[in-house]
Amino acid sequence: MPDVIVGKASDFKDPGRKVVDISGTEIGVFRLGDDFFAYHNICPHLDGPACQGKILPCATEDVQADRTSAGRVYSKTQTNVICPWHGFEFDIRTGRHPTDASVRLRPVPVKVLNGDVLVSVPNRS
Amino acid sequence: MPLETPPRAESFRELPEITVASDTRDYLAHAAKQALKYDDYELIVDIDAHLQEGGFWGEIIGLLENDVLKQTAEEMMRGRGGMPLINMQPGMSFQSLAGRVPHQSGPTEPTDDPAKAGHRFVQIVRRTIDTMGLDYQVIFPTSMLHLGMNPMEDIEIYLARAYCRWLTEIILPQDKRIIALAYLPFNTPSECEKLVKQYGDNPQIVGFTVCAVRHKPVHANQYMRLYSMIEETGKPLVFHAGPHWDDPSFTQLNRFISMHALSFVHYNLIHMTNWVINALPERFPKLKTVWVESGLAWIPFLMQRLDHEVMMRQSEAPGLKRLPSDYMREMYYSSQPMERQNLALLEATFKAMNAETQLLYSSDWPHWDFDPPSSVTTLPFLSDQAKRNILGLNAARVFNLPVKRLRPRAAEVLAREAERHR
Repeated sequence: MPDVIVGKASDFKDPGRKVVDISGTEIGVFRLGDDFFAYHNICPHLDGPACQGKILPCATEDVQADRTSAGRVYSKTQTNVICPWHGFEFDIRTGRHPTDASVRLRPVPVKVLNGDVLVSVPNRS
Repeated sequence: MPLETPPRAESFRELPEITVASDTRDYLAHAAKQALKYDDYELIVDIDAHLQEGGFWGEIIGLLENDVLKQTAEEMMRGRGGMPLINMQPGMSFQSLAGRVPHQSGPTEPTDDPAKAGHRFVQIVRRTIDTMGLDYQVIFPTSMLHLGMNPMEDIEIYLARAYCRWLTEIILPQDKRIIALAYLPFNTPSECEKLVKQYGDNPQIVGFTVCAVRHKPVHANQYMRLYSMIEETGKPLVFHAGPHWDDPSFTQLNRFISMHALSFVHYNLIHMTNWVINALPERFPKLKTVWVESGLAWIPFLMQRLDHEVMMRQSEAPGLKRLPSDYMREMYYSSQPMERQNLALLEATFKAMNAETQLLYSSDWPHWDFDPPSSVTTLPFLSDQAKRNILGLNAARVFNLPVKRLRPRAAEVLAREAERHR
């Protein structure tokens, strides 16, 4: 499982990402604040390029104390990446779908070392 | 997670965000990889893909055979742009999920010089069918799916003619892998008959479509001559569902998802119910009917519901010699949008409808809920032969297509793509 430098941490926007194709293995690397996350660029739905989609806050229903709804609002804490094939959304921090947590992106080890962002590319056959 | 080996600089290709401007080949790059798995299949036919006619509306308007409508539309295009004569509410088109699914809003990708590479739409379709690994793609309109609700009947008639002319005179002659259906202006049966006469012999017009969003009873006597004419051509009659938020019941629904989930099924439920209860399959035993873009879950529901009631109320459906489900099991259905969340229910649905012989793969590309061919090839309960049938051999029977490979090898497509990105 070789480690590959995909860029400088400082080059990532916040929130931001870089999707790379390393000899046929596609990996999406995401930055949220000081944290980095990486996933295979394969949607668990129908194998779409999930990491190449839009990044947006998670939409939530603003339910009041009296149980009425004040409509939809964007989350201040959860940011999703959205598969451009069909709109499946995934929490960038967990890789999980907001409605069905069993549906998730496959994680890839990632860390920052000396300012570089490194991913561990799974062994290729 | 700890990293075990020293990092190394390795060359990689950066993949851009997919946007409305992305090249179709990049958008569908993963489908090209999936195509390797069904590369040896005899024939792959996508029986429902869509023209986003907004980008070509000026060309279609230019073929209107009514001077008043043509001048009106051209004047409207000069003034405000958009799609004159189309009765859609642009402000209520939430299909792209606020840009989350950008292919619904295109195409805006660059294409090559049409003088050398063909019409822009043809170029885009070629990119799609090569990347998905399709031999044929059947083209339907998008915005025109609503014309059945246009209160000005002459608009449907003249746009139907202009659309058919645009297809047969400009688009279809440029690539035999692109095929289409004649749009029937179903609110005016006599005009439908003219189009059947005109296009019945055209080999790239492989059937006739009724855009199902309309309030017209399909069993009305005024349509019987039309059905006879279509039956004689040997080509199918295809009901294509669609959304319509203005239907009074649907105005109670406060989200696009709710309307979309019900509306596409709603119109085919109504037309199928009228078709069966009035025993049209008995009157037109050789007429092939295809029901498009309502998913599959509605089929066993309606089979059970109608079978149940017919047994109690035979006097209201006296033309039937068998149960409704027996007739429905002999009709054809498109696969998209395939409800795959519960595979046990889906498998039961496949059995109920004889999917192995009656189901036709459809992508609905470039719409937001499209299905690639892998939506069929990855189903765990299907035999290899069933997959081959659904992906192409059934369509060859319905649309009278030769079983002859026209698509390039999947490896060739991938190599071409690698070269394009080098």
